[in-house]
This record gives sequence, C-alpha cells and structure tokens, in this order.
Amino acid sequence: MSCSEKKSSPRIPWLPQPVLTLVLLIIWLFLTNTISPGHILLGGLIGIIIPWFTNRFWPERPELIRPVRLFRFFFFTFLSDIIVANISVVKLILQPDLSQLKSGFIEVPLEIEDPMVTTLLASIISLTPGTVTAEVSKDQRSLIVHGLDIPDPETEIHLIKTRYEAPLKEIFSC
Amino acid sequence: MFFIECVVSFFLILGAFFALTGSIGLYRMTDFFNRLHGPTKATTLGVGSMAIASAVFFSFQGNGISFHEVLITLFLFITAPVSAHFLAKAARHQRTPQDQHHSHAPRHKAD
Repeated sequence: MSCSEKKSSPRIPWLPQPVLTLVLLIIWLFLTNTISPGHILLGGLIGIIIPWFTNRFWPERPELIRPVRLFRFFFFTFLSDIIVANISVVKLILQPDLSQLKSGFIEVPLEIEDPMVTTLLASIISLTPGTVTAEVSKDQRSLIVHGLDIPDPETEIHLIKTRYEAPLKEIFSC
Repeated sequence: MFFIECVVSFFLILGAFFALTGSIGLYRMTDFFNRLHGPTKATTLGVGSMAIASAVFFSFQGNGISFHEVLITLFLFITAPVSAHFLAKAARHQRTPQDQHHSHAPRHKAD
C-alpha cells in the first residue's frame, strides 16, 4: 500500500495539474456566476497559469484514480453524514443532563501515508459533528481525535477507519 | 412565488436553528474541548442551509441561476477544520483541563 504511483514529471508539460486546472475553471465560473465564452476562456487561462506557479509547492502529490468514487463518497457518505451527525449533536447539546456525555480523546491509527490525504481525512473528521481532530502524532502514523460523546472508543475508531479512511485510500493512489 | 418563499423561509429557519444550537452548545458545554464542537455545527449545516436559501432566492429573481453560495460553503469547509485543529492543538499543549471520562489516547505524546 505504498504510494508508488506518484509522478515526478507531468504527462503534459504545459498542463502540470489537469484536475486543478478544471477545478479552478469551475470555481471561476461559480464566482462570476456566468457561463459566457469570455469567462470560460479567462477561467481556463487562470486555471492553466496558477498551476505553473504552485507546481513546485507539490513535489509529490497523490493521484486521483477514482473520480467517480470521489463524487459518491462526497455526496452519499460525507454530506449525508454531516446532516445525520448534526441532528445527533443537536440532541446531545439540548439534553438536560450534560454530565452524561462521555467525551474524551481517541487515537486513530492511520494506514494512509500521504500528508495531503491525511489532511483531507483530518478535515473530514473535524467537519463531521461530534468529532474534532486535535493533533497528528509526531510520526504521522495516527490522529488524535476528540469526541463529544464516545461510549465505546473501539467502535468509533473502527467507524472512522472503515467509513472515511478506506474510501480515501481507494480514491487516491495510496 | 409563494412556493419559493416557503422553501427560502424553511432553509433560513433551519440554518438559524443550527446556528442557535451551536451557540447554546458553546455556552452549555463544560470544558474547552467539548465547547469546540458547538461552532463546528454552526459552520456546516447552519451556514450551509442559509447558503441554499440564498441560492434559491437569487435564482428566482430573474437574473439567472445563482451559484456563488456554493463557494462560501466550499471555503468554509476548507478553513473551518484548520482553525478547529489549531485551537485544539494549542489547548493540548497548554494542558487545558478537561472533564475526562475516559482517555484512550496518551494526553501528551512525546513532549
């Protein structure tokens, strides 16, 4: 499970990060709120020029190998979990007796090695209500996560690993 | 457009509700780390619902579809976890006291 497919040289010289180019173009069109040809051209230019400057910032980056899986993960796992977890956290906040909350830290061992994907996982954990990533261990092999209500740490660790880490490993070449 | 107004109001009230419970959580929780969880909720569903309301409202104003609001949510999703992470990390290094029911992670690893 090593990240062996990292590329040191891009496939197309003048387009070092095609995915970033596409994302920047889409963000530009959202920002201007139009789909006129002029703005598509301008957004495309911005999308090509910005990766030239930022390319050296990403010496090794994980490769997106399953974009469709990423969409499914984003909409059906991530967004739906945010809604479900929000409702359960609202219940926790509004319950009369707060001393029943079993909050505490758990340590989630990581299988992901890439720093970028680790950041993504940590952000997903923080955005899902009820858990906040507090720290990455020094060797980057585990995340320290604070949970608002964790009756059983083992299940919570297992949940994070199967629900978020496993799909991310599939989506990126890691 | 009565129907559109209903949809917009629904999302505005929903967003306001989540922002309110986030604030109540910030007030009611007992220690620093538990308090961190309140604002996270307000940023995700609270702002998200209000952004949807705004997108629906301006899309039916006759000036074409409005999608700016997606970007607000996107940028919040990128920045909110980072600030939460820094707050939690700073608190751990300062050894902020907490009501600990159980701890399965060593509190200060390799200090």
